[in-house]
Amino acid sequence: MFEFIGAIVLLLVGGMAAVAFHSRPGPCQTAGQSGAIAGSLLGLVAAVRILVTGHPETLIVTWSMPGGSLYFQIDALAAFFLLPVFGLSLVAAIYGRAYLAGRAGGQGLAGCWFHSNLLTAGMASVIAAHDGLLFLVSWEIMALSPFFLVIFDDRKAAVRHAAWTYLAATHLGTAFLLVAFVMLGQAAGSSDYDAYRDILQANPGLASLVFILALIGFGSKAGIVPAHVWLPEAHPVAPSHASALMSGAMIKVGIYGLVRILTLLGPPQPWWGWLLIAIGASSGILGVLFAMAQHDLKRLLAYSSVENIGIILLGIGVGVLGLATGMLPLAVIGFAAGLLHVVNHSIFKGLLFLGAGAVQHGAHSLDFEELGGLLKRMPWTGAAFLIGAAAIVGLPPLNGFVGEFLLFYSGFLAVMQPAPTIAIAGLVAVIAMALISGLAAACFAKAFGVVFLGSPRSAEAGEAHEIARPMRAAMALLAVLCIVIGLAAPVIVGASADVVAAATGVPSGSVRVQLATVAGPLSMTVSVFAILIVMALLAWLFRVHRLRARRIGSGPVWGCGYLFPSAKMQYTASSFVQPLTTQFHLFVRNREALVPPTGYFPTAASYSSDSGDPWLRLLFAPTFRWFDRIVGRLNVLQRGHIHVYVLYVAATLVALLLWAGL
Amino acid sequence: MPELALVASPVCALLLAPLLLGLINRTKAFVAGRRGPPLLQPYFDIAKYARRGAIYGDVTSWVFLLGPVVSLAALMAALLLVPFGAIPAPLSFSGDLIVVAGLLALGRFAIVLAALDTGSSFEGMGASREVHFAALAEPALLLALAVLARITGALSLTPLYQGITAAAWIAALPTLALVAMTLLVLALVENSRIPVDDPTTHLELTMIHEVMVLDHSGPDLGYIHYAAALKLWILGSLLVGLVVPVRSGIVWLDGSAMLLGMAVLAVVIGMIESAMARYRLVHVPQFIVGAATLSAVGFILILV
Amino acid sequence: MFALLETVHALGLLSCFALLGTSRIGACIRWLSFQGILFGLVPLIVHQGGFGWRAGLLAAANIALKGIGFPWLLLRLRGRAGTSREVEPFVSFVMSILFGIFALGLSVWLASELKPALHQAPFLMLDSSIFLILIGLFLIISRRNALMQVIGYLVLENGIFVFGVITVVGTPLLVELGVLLDAFVGVFVMGIAIYHINREFGSIEVDRLSALKG
Repeated sequence: MFEFIGAIVLLLVGGMAAVAFHSRPGPCQTAGQSGAIAGSLLGLVAAVRILVTGHPETLIVTWSMPGGSLYFQIDALAAFFLLPVFGLSLVAAIYGRAYLAGRAGGQGLAGCWFHSNLLTAGMASVIAAHDGLLFLVSWEIMALSPFFLVIFDDRKAAVRHAAWTYLAATHLGTAFLLVAFVMLGQAAGSSDYDAYRDILQANPGLASLVFILALIGFGSKAGIVPAHVWLPEAHPVAPSHASALMSGAMIKVGIYGLVRILTLLGPPQPWWGWLLIAIGASSGILGVLFAMAQHDLKRLLAYSSVENIGIILLGIGVGVLGLATGMLPLAVIGFAAGLLHVVNHSIFKGLLFLGAGAVQHGAHSLDFEELGGLLKRMPWTGAAFLIGAAAIVGLPPLNGFVGEFLLFYSGFLAVMQPAPTIAIAGLVAVIAMALISGLAAACFAKAFGVVFLGSPRSAEAGEAHEIARPMRAAMALLAVLCIVIGLAAPVIVGASADVVAAATGVPSGSVRVQLATVAGPLSMTVSVFAILIVMALLAWLFRVHRLRARRIGSGPVWGCGYLFPSAKMQYTASSFVQPLTTQFHLFVRNREALVPPTGYFPTAASYSSDSGDPWLRLLFAPTFRWFDRIVGRLNVLQRGHIHVYVLYVAATLVALLLWAGL
Repeated sequence: MPELALVASPVCALLLAPLLLGLINRTKAFVAGRRGPPLLQPYFDIAKYARRGAIYGDVTSWVFLLGPVVSLAALMAALLLVPFGAIPAPLSFSGDLIVVAGLLALGRFAIVLAALDTGSSFEGMGASREVHFAALAEPALLLALAVLARITGALSLTPLYQGITAAAWIAALPTLALVAMTLLVLALVENSRIPVDDPTTHLELTMIHEVMVLDHSGPDLGYIHYAAALKLWILGSLLVGLVVPVRSGIVWLDGSAMLLGMAVLAVVIGMIESAMARYRLVHVPQFIVGAATLSAVGFILILV
Repeated sequence: MFALLETVHALGLLSCFALLGTSRIGACIRWLSFQGILFGLVPLIVHQGGFGWRAGLLAAANIALKGIGFPWLLLRLRGRAGTSREVEPFVSFVMSILFGIFALGLSVWLASELKPALHQAPFLMLDSSIFLILIGLFLIISRRNALMQVIGYLVLENGIFVFGVITVVGTPLLVELGVLLDAFVGVFVMGIAIYHINREFGSIEVDRLSALKG
């Protein structure tokens, strides 16, 4: 516990020191970065120690605010979620210094370090809180600090708009949470989680209501469809290491909140599982469809985060269904799949965002239509990005595949159950996951292929330069983790028994028994991975051997006889996914503007597609405009004269006095 | 003898997979009234490629070199998990069908990236169509396997296929027939046969797989052709293992029944290719989704 | 004591009516000063917690600030801002006085409702405290000049002070010092604001400031 408090203190001290040095870029960066690194390392030590020893740690201090107390408790579940928070903060700090130094001007460095450290501290505090009031206060801190990170480039109107969208979305979500916690606090008479647990287990109606409110509130922070609209606005415009932190850690805190509420709610009802599976499937499929239609690399990655939250919710949904129907293997393996994907996603999404930042740094653009051929000029970035892309698609032998394996496994287990509803739920999960996986392959083939392969589509891309060593080191660290977790899958899944036990409420022994059933297949899977790697090596060596004595030439690629091939003849990003976006047009709804060539000697033709979020365009924007119109009628109260306002105050006072008197 | 049974499945595949392609081509030629190439022609082709040098495009990078290598390695690793009817696969564990699907996806991803690496619009077009159809085919494959898993109660391919006996067929005839149709369609889709793609031309209209590999040469091209043959073998053995429920327990008998079934499958594919024209590209997704629906209907039939 | 309290009560009411009816700002400020000194004496008279140094401190602070300090500040502001020496009311003086009578009736009724809840308090001042509050609010609402609004605010403060002194038994010091600090800061801020507003816009007519409405 001491390390945890120390970690938060170091983070905050580093941030404040950065602010103190705000006029000198060098010391400012050093202060912020060292605070972040030291704090994150200390936090990781605390989390790993709690996971290894298996004993929850508690700290209770009464404070001077009315109600609530400073009640921290880190059990296995909280320690598990602290891993991506502190881990990504560490990696982002290593990356961040060189990245911020490369951006123009020394402006806003202090603010950036202060707020990213504050974000990490807020996230850690949310996860460790065991008291409703402390949770809400930390949640607000965690929700407000990214606003200042998103608005880093505040000269651009689009950035300001994105920041306001983020602020509105986070507060709408928090409103639902506030209602839920207030209801719980009133019913339980105290804001302690243990009191909540007692009152919820006695009261199933309240439990369902709190579940729905928590799902909306935490879900909007996590980014489920339709509450995802802030994600693709906010994540792309923040500095890349902050985007990595937000996408890799902050949305996971939403998932943590949901899982924690599930532990307090007691035995779940089957329709909760169904609802989670439905939300997971729709978020996953819609997320990846939107991702495919994007022109900007970071927006694509942001939508892909929505997709992965869908996958996590699929796993948790299957797990909840298992808990509700008493099917232990389903419960354990489903939760294990969802929780493992939490960590996996933070690793590879963090890696991909850092890679996107490197691309922006090296080629000065994130637009697919201006990039290309970067692999030759930025080999390390490209290799790391390739590993991240392969991992997020869920290809063997990397960590993404292991998570998907567990998810499919739990889905198949459900399919084989005699009860029809569970079998259908399992089938839905399997089909949704397979579709998501196929679409993700298309999406990331586009992302990696158009950016790094082929020829450069603009002069800037042709002159891209590789990034600084610390940034490369941060990405390499995450890439190595992807490979290691993939190969060490059985060990990791076995070690997560305490975490799954804490999340499901099933005793640790039974969890271990269930995980043992899947540990065997996982070890075999890892041996298949090993065989795969060996086969690839053998094939490579054979090929080298065959070609040693032969002539190896190089020349232009096949152009069907055209004499002057240019980089513009390559398949563009939009054309690559055009079959899929056309097929799923009902969901993607990208708008195209086409001016076709006319006449025998056409001179001008153009095509452009806009992939703004259809949920934002068709649901939220009209709703807010309507609301604005209705509330605008109240504008008549704003006369502009102070006298009128004081008159309102006095009238209310007199009315209250009369009411009290009567 | 049991050890022999264990390696029989991959050895058969490695040796006989190109023969399937030869048989298909010979059937098409026969139906067209020609003599056609020799049955062993694919072997000669692969050997020829292995003897040649290679030319690489100057735009390409190491991803282009890795594409064929990873694709072949993935398919050979998948071979270790796929049983040959009643003959067990060398490796078998609960959930291995998921690993097979993942390995197929890995091979496909590698080839798609290699195609994008050339920076040519031909390969880009092929890659784009390939990911489109694959995105729809993967759920169909897993749906079919899920139905089979539910019927036999096994999550591993070897016990699953050993559970498909004549008795199982009699008990669940409509469902198994529907799943068989789905697997046939998937075999056509994944291996780019007509009606999805024309494996003999490189024209834009028909390009999916053939055009993705347009710029590979030498041993790389040999790897790609061999990997394509292995993929056809794998999907074919999934189908034939379902349709030929000979489970006597005697290795020679089961093996011969399967080999006969594979030969018949090759002839059937040849006949389909001769009798049909390629679908318009916009109809292919409907084709795949229609096949998946068949399996879904089969699932509903066994649900109640 | 009772007779003294009655005198204070009557004079307080009188000062309020005077504020309602006076047309020159300078005279208003002087009435305010008179009110400050008058109500500053209340802690000494009422001595709830015993006649001790606490009550003396309270009285001294009140007289210093509200009797001398604030009026002096306001006179200076009046000079600097160069505003008109006239009170410019929205509501005419006659109507203001009539409102004052109505407010007095209302506060007496309210005080009688509140009496049972507040035992041990000298009830005589209760209605005058409510009356002060109402008059203070009324002055803020119905006077155009920003200085008059500050005066209204200070009258409101007086009302709260009196209410506090007569109802809080035991240690009114902390409460009252809090209120005084509040008043001090309020007037300080308002003074600065009025000065700056005048410098910026050339006027402290509050209704002209409505042009700033969003």
